[in-house]
Amino acid sequence: MIPLSWYLVVAAALFSIGVYGVLTRRNAVGVLMGVELMLNAVNLNLVAFWRYVTPTKMTGQVFAIIVITVAAAEAAVGLALVIAAYRTRRTVNVEELDTLKG
Amino acid sequence: MLLRLIFVVVSAFTLGFALLMVTARSLFHSALAMAASFLGVAALYILLEAEFLAGVQILIYVGAIAILIIFAIMLSRGTMRTAEPVVNKQWPFVAVVALSLFGLLAFLVSQVAWPARSAEPMGDPIAALGKAFVGPYVVPFEVASVLLVVAMIGAIIIAREKE
Repeated sequence: MIPLSWYLVVAAALFSIGVYGVLTRRNAVGVLMGVELMLNAVNLNLVAFWRYVTPTKMTGQVFAIIVITVAAAEAAVGLALVIAAYRTRRTVNVEELDTLKG
Repeated sequence: MLLRLIFVVVSAFTLGFALLMVTARSLFHSALAMAASFLGVAALYILLEAEFLAGVQILIYVGAIAILIIFAIMLSRGTMRTAEPVVNKQWPFVAVVALSLFGLLAFLVSQVAWPARSAEPMGDPIAALGKAFVGPYVVPFEVASVLLVVAMIGAIIIAREKE
């Protein structure tokens, strides 16, 4: 039997890789991909806890499906924003999209 | 024992492609590595006996979101000059932060006595999930539907061509 902590360590590694991708990518699409990776790590945690702690209730899976829904909405709006920014500014480099910087 | 071996192989696949995703020079390779990594997460869901979520993961992440991201890359192509680095100047600092975050989380996980797998899911988990969505969780379910509609309309309005 696989211990629960193995899943948690894999999810922690996935989350850290996502953090690295979000903070280092210069392309806005790359940043969004890092966010998706972090959301996946969270979902892995939710499902692992569901299976090991409360397998008779469906709370964990329901929560994971809600997170997937929010992630899909976030991806759609985020990529629409990237395309809108590209259309007006001709760039998707997050270092050049700094108009709001004081 | 065999189950643990499968888990290690699947995890190595997932994390390896995730690392490739954040380090690949070409954004296209990055997107394909992301799809492979999501496929690995779906395999982990199957190991956790959440078959419905594995199917949802493949349909939404490997299917829809990967395609959406590849579309966005193609629509905004040619802006990133290939000679420039794909990561910003703070990457060594961020690498240290991400590694210490992982170290901290792994340390915390190792400090807790986690419960072993005790009960088995009762009956058909997919039927139970469907009943949960129209029973105790009907409000979150409806809110998620409204959120999807709002996000879809918003995405169309933001991305459409201005006359």
